[in-house]
Amino acid sequence: MTALRITDLVFRWPRQAACLDIQGFELAAGERVFLHGASGSGKSTLLGLLGGVALPQAGRIELLGTDITRLSSRARDRFRADHIGFLFQQFNLLPWLPAIDNVLLPCTFSARRRERAGADPRAEAERMLRHLDLQPESWRKPAGELSVGQQQRVAAARALIGRPEILIADEPTSALDAERQQVFIDLLLQESAAVGAALVFVSHDQRLAGHFDRSVALHEINTAATESVT
Amino acid sequence: MSATTNIEPQGGEPASPPSPGRGRGDGAIGAVLRLAALSAWSRRLTLGLTLVAIALAVTLLLAVERLRVDARQSFTQSVSGVDLVVGARTGSVQLMLYAVFHAGAANNGIAWDSYRAIATHPAVDWALPLALGDSHRGFPVLGTSADYFRLFRHGESEALKFADGQPFAGTFEAVLGSEVARRLGYRKGDTITLNHGPGELGPAHGDKPFRVAGILAPTGTPVDRTVHVSLESISALHLDWIGGAPVPGLSIPAELVAKFDLQPKQITAALVGLKQRGDVFRMQRFVNQYRGEPLLAVLPGVALDELWASIAMMERTLLAVSALVVLVGLAGLAATLLAGLNERRRELAILRALGAGPGDMFLMLTAEGVLVTTAGALLGLVLLTIGSSLAAPWLLDRLGVVLGTRWPGPEELALIGAVIATGLVASLIPGWRAWRMSLADGLTPKL
Repeated sequence: MTALRITDLVFRWPRQAACLDIQGFELAAGERVFLHGASGSGKSTLLGLLGGVALPQAGRIELLGTDITRLSSRARDRFRADHIGFLFQQFNLLPWLPAIDNVLLPCTFSARRRERAGADPRAEAERMLRHLDLQPESWRKPAGELSVGQQQRVAAARALIGRPEILIADEPTSALDAERQQVFIDLLLQESAAVGAALVFVSHDQRLAGHFDRSVALHEINTAATESVT
Repeated sequence: MSATTNIEPQGGEPASPPSPGRGRGDGAIGAVLRLAALSAWSRRLTLGLTLVAIALAVTLLLAVERLRVDARQSFTQSVSGVDLVVGARTGSVQLMLYAVFHAGAANNGIAWDSYRAIATHPAVDWALPLALGDSHRGFPVLGTSADYFRLFRHGESEALKFADGQPFAGTFEAVLGSEVARRLGYRKGDTITLNHGPGELGPAHGDKPFRVAGILAPTGTPVDRTVHVSLESISALHLDWIGGAPVPGLSIPAELVAKFDLQPKQITAALVGLKQRGDVFRMQRFVNQYRGEPLLAVLPGVALDELWASIAMMERTLLAVSALVVLVGLAGLAATLLAGLNERRRELAILRALGAGPGDMFLMLTAEGVLVTTAGALLGLVLLTIGSSLAAPWLLDRLGVVLGTRWPGPEELALIGAVIATGLVASLIPGWRAWRMSLADGLTPKL
């Protein structure tokens, strides 16, 4: 089955020319794809569409066989929470929340993720953090007090808990030096394989493409003129 | 596998049970509230200041209300079983104030003959003469008959009780109210001297000291602040006085006063109890139309109602002003929450990306406002309790008002409820803003 299929998608911001025009793009279940896009190429917009927080003017976005453009806003929110793990450039942890509670946030808002995290989501979160080499003494610390590397692993655990079918990573390694980028990408590939998630790894840094099953450049699939993109 | 609009995944994974069609996200309310509390804690300084502002406003509001209720209660309890208060013709409120509360001064008195005429009226069961005007270190001195301790009633018809000693018997004996004894540290057998007129600046009756014969148990009424002596003592003190000052060159020593006629010629007021309450208007008319001199008889309940009516406007104004202060506090809360929203856009976008619905955002913001309001109201209650126990002695001293330390009464609970409800309404605005913002911002906050 396909994890993601985009068909004839057109999106434009209000009062602007089309910024995304994608005839077709597919991602198989469990497939790991590197999506290359320079800044300003419409990456963030595309991720917003995949996350269901924006709606295209035309076309279909099927995630796991569901056309999310036909869902209500509330159902899209729930679909995202249930099936997609997000890993952001800024990690987007809640700085005042203990690391382990940050990991558990998807289980707080999605019953499905909670169920798929096992009988005891907290134990599962601890298992993941331990697996990601985070020492138990830092689990209870507010996320804002952790080092960048630790925050990144907490963010990865949060994206993966409850075994989402799709993992979307948006420049998650831009804050790291080359060596640690390497380690982290390996970790991410390994973990997404372990939970059986398809991975869309978005970055402007083409040197990272080598680790993935497939590499796609956004400007190759997006036929819209790019000069008007914000 | 065909495309479907079912949001459950196709494949081997067990499907989750259908979620109930709630407007909020899947976040259990408890978990969302826990997040709200943790988030609020991370901003505890600003929220704490807002909380303190609300607490102070609530303290003010409750203090005004409590003072109002307690003032009425202590005034009403100060006189019980008295059918008429009689004095020289004046305003009925003024008569009540000096006869019962020993506040202010009488311009005129009642001639002893007039008092006897009233006291011996067939409808009258008992009468107590009251002679006021002297003081002891700021506490009023009341000259009366020894029957006072037997007949006077306060609260729910309670008689006076002695904590120590007994009623005055001799001419220079005094019975102290509990507060007088406590504040000045007097015991039975101590010697005190009185001052002429109110306050401590009047000329002294230093040549005629009094022995403390007894101390009354606390009553929570002006009795506690009063020094009681016999009418004859008052006469004896003023034997060598004319027109409010000692007569120069004339001094009658205390040992010799017994040789004089100490029957008072004038008293300040009288409390009257009737054999039958039904006679009260007839008796009032008798007093008001008394031919010997212009007199006034008032029904204590009616006079107190007049007093309340005259200060009701002020009470309402005070209450309205404190309600406005509370509104200012709650507007500050709404402003704080709204201003905080900009700093929290990132936080809200993160939660949204993780599946928190706009309803969850709304719940978080509103819960935060209600939490701060409720905590503020409770802190206000604590401040009120501390403040009122600190202020109670002063209020009793100066105003004769007994400020109780107690659980909030129904009116106060209603006020607190109104404050929290208004806090909820004030938090709806930031809640609504958060909901709108989370819809507009999507996964990445527009900063």
